[in-house]
Amino acid sequence: MRMLVVEDDIEAQRYLVNGLRESGHVVDDAADGETGLTLALSRPYDVAVIDRMLPKLDGLRLVQELREHGNATPILFLSALSEVDDRVKGLKAGGDDYLTKPYAFVELLARIDALMRRRQPSAVKTRLQVGDLELDLLTRAAKRNGTGIDLQPREFRLLEYLMRHAGQVVTRTMLLESVWEYHFDPQTNVIDVHISRLRAKIDKGFEPALLQTVRGAGYMIRAKP
Amino acid sequence: MLGTPLIRTLAFRIALAYLALFAVSAAALVGFTYWNTKRALDVETDQTIQAEIAGLSEEYQRQGLGGLTDVITARSMHAGQGLYLLVGPLAHPLAGNLDAWPSVRRSAGRFVEFDYERRVAGALEHHPARGRVFKLVGGLQLLVARDTHERFETERMFTTTLPWSVALMLTLGLIGGGLMSRNLLRRLDQINSTSREIMAGDLSRRLPLSRAGDEFDTLARNLNRMLERIERLMKGMREVTDSVAHDLRSPLNRLRNRLEGALKRLPPEGEEAEEIDAAISETDRLIGTFDSLLLIAEAEAGAARNSMSRVDLSALAHDVWELYAPVAEENGIELDIAPAFPLEVRGNGNLLSQALANLVDNAIKYTPAGGRVTIATEKNGEGAMMTVADNGPGIPVEDRPRAVERFVRLEASRHSPGTGLGLSLVAAVARLHDARLELSDNGPGLKASVVFA
Repeated sequence: MRMLVVEDDIEAQRYLVNGLRESGHVVDDAADGETGLTLALSRPYDVAVIDRMLPKLDGLRLVQELREHGNATPILFLSALSEVDDRVKGLKAGGDDYLTKPYAFVELLARIDALMRRRQPSAVKTRLQVGDLELDLLTRAAKRNGTGIDLQPREFRLLEYLMRHAGQVVTRTMLLESVWEYHFDPQTNVIDVHISRLRAKIDKGFEPALLQTVRGAGYMIRAKP
Repeated sequence: MLGTPLIRTLAFRIALAYLALFAVSAAALVGFTYWNTKRALDVETDQTIQAEIAGLSEEYQRQGLGGLTDVITARSMHAGQGLYLLVGPLAHPLAGNLDAWPSVRRSAGRFVEFDYERRVAGALEHHPARGRVFKLVGGLQLLVARDTHERFETERMFTTTLPWSVALMLTLGLIGGGLMSRNLLRRLDQINSTSREIMAGDLSRRLPLSRAGDEFDTLARNLNRMLERIERLMKGMREVTDSVAHDLRSPLNRLRNRLEGALKRLPPEGEEAEEIDAAISETDRLIGTFDSLLLIAEAEAGAARNSMSRVDLSALAHDVWELYAPVAEENGIELDIAPAFPLEVRGNGNLLSQALANLVDNAIKYTPAGGRVTIATEKNGEGAMMTVADNGPGIPVEDRPRAVERFVRLEASRHSPGTGLGLSLVAAVARLHDARLELSDNGPGLKASVVFA
C-alpha cells in the first residue's frame, strides 16, 4: 500500500516511516504542510497520516484544501491535542480518523488497516461470517456451527465490529470509540472483561478459538490461527 | 439582579431613605415657616391695635368725647382692616363702623376675638376680628379691633395646601427614586449579565461604558482592565498547556515507540521482553496521568463550554452502568442502577461520562467483594444530580475535602492502582457544568454526587 506521512517531528517521522515500511508499505514523507499538500495532490495514496500542528500549512487547512480539490484519500490525523473538541474539528475538516499522541504503533497500524479496508468498495453486507461463526445483521442473530448464541445488544455490536475487521488487529481504544462511543480511557481495563464474556459465549465448547488476544495491541477475530 | 423585586434593591432603598429624610426636613421647614408667619401676623395686628388705641386715647384726653367721636367717625370712613365701635350705656352705637356690639367668641388676655359681618363686594361675609374693649366714663364702651380675615385665610391656605404639597413631593420623590434606582439597576444588570457571560467562559467580553463618565464607568473600566489581565493570563496558560502537551507528548511518544521497537526485536517470552513490557505499561500510566492533568486544566479553563449540548443523564448513566457491570461482577460486587426518567442537563456528554465512569471505577476499586454499588440519577429541585453510592469503607469526614485534591491518595488507597486524579477530574468536570461534587456518608460507605444547579 502507498502511504503519505506528514509530520514535522523528525524523529517521530523516521520512526513512523520505518515502522510502516517494515510492515510492507510504500511510504512518502513530508515535514511541512505545503510539501504535504503538493505530494498528496500529485499522486494517489491509499492513506495519509497527517499531524495537526505543522509548519507552513496547518494540518487542518491541509486536509480542507485536499478535500476542496476533490481528493478523497482516507486521512488519519495525529495530534497532541486530545480534547473531544479537537477531534470533532479534525473530523469536520475532512479527516477520517483521529489518533492522539502518544500512541502505540500497533494502534496506528490497526487504524490504518481499518481505513484502507473501509475504502475498498464492498456490497452492503447483511451477513458476516468468520469460520463457522455467523452473524445475521438483519435478524440480529448469532450462530456458531449451527448453534444459536444469545447475545446482549452491546455484545452483538462488539462482535459485529470485530467480525467487520476480521483478520485485523482491533485495539481497545478502537472498541471503546466505535462500540461504546467513548473518547476516554477508563482507568480499569473494562474492555478486557467484556471481551472475555464474549469469548465465553462464542468460543467456549467450540474449536478452534476464534477471538484472540494480540499481546500489547488488542484483539483479533480470525478463522485460522 | 433580574427577578429581584424593586423594593429589595439597594438603589431603591437608598432612594426611599433619602426621600424620608427629605420629607421630614421639608415638613419641619414648612412647619416653622407657618408658625413664624402666624406669630408675626398676630404681633403685627396687636401692635396696630395698640397704636390706634394710643391715638384715640390721646384724642379723648385732649378733645373729650366729642373729639373721640369725630376721630372714630373719620377713621371709620376709610378704615381698611380697622374696626371701631363706641356705644352708649344702653349699648346703642354712637360712632364706628360696626353695626352692633359683637358677641365675644374668645378673650385672650386683654384682647377679645369675635366674628362680625362685613360687606365685601355687595355681599355679607362673616369675618373674624381681634381687638380690645375700653370702658369710658358714663357707661360708654369703646371697641377697637382689626379684621383678621386675611390672617385666617393665610392659615387656611397653609393647612389646605400643605397635605397636597407633601403628597406631591412624596409622589415626585417616589417616581424620581424609582427612576434613579431603575437607572442604577440597569447599569448593575449590564455589569452582572456581562460578568455571568464571562464566568461562563467567554473571556473576550467587556463591560459596556456609558458616555456619562460616572462612578459606574470607573468601575466598568477597572473591571475591564482586570478582565484584560485575566484574559492575557488565561491565554498564556492555555498556550503553556498546549505547548506542554505538544512538547511533552512528543518525547513520550518517541519513548514509547522506542520501547515498542525494542520489544519487537526481542524473543517474546524472555525476561527482557517482560521488563520492556512493564516499562511500556509504566509509560502508559505516565501518559494517562498527564492526560488527566491536561483534561483537568482544560475543564477548568472552561474551553469545553462551547461544545455543550442537551445530555440525558439517565441514558448516560445507563451506558456507564453497562460498561462497568461485568467488571463489578468479576470483582464480586453488585452494580445496580436505580430506575430513572430521562433527565436532561446542558453539558459535555463525553466529560460527564468520564466523570461518572471515574466515580464508578473508584467505588468498585474500594468496595470489598460482596459489596454493592448503586448508580442513580434524579431530579434535585430545579436541577439534577447523579450519584454513585457504595457500602465500602467510605472516606472519613476529615479526609473528604483532601480526597478531591490533585495527586492526593488517602492512606487506605495507597496500595491500589490509580493516579490520584480521578476525583479531581470529577470535581473539575462538575465545576465546568456549574455543578459540584459532594462526598457524603452512605452509612456505611461513600456517596459521591455530582449536583447540578
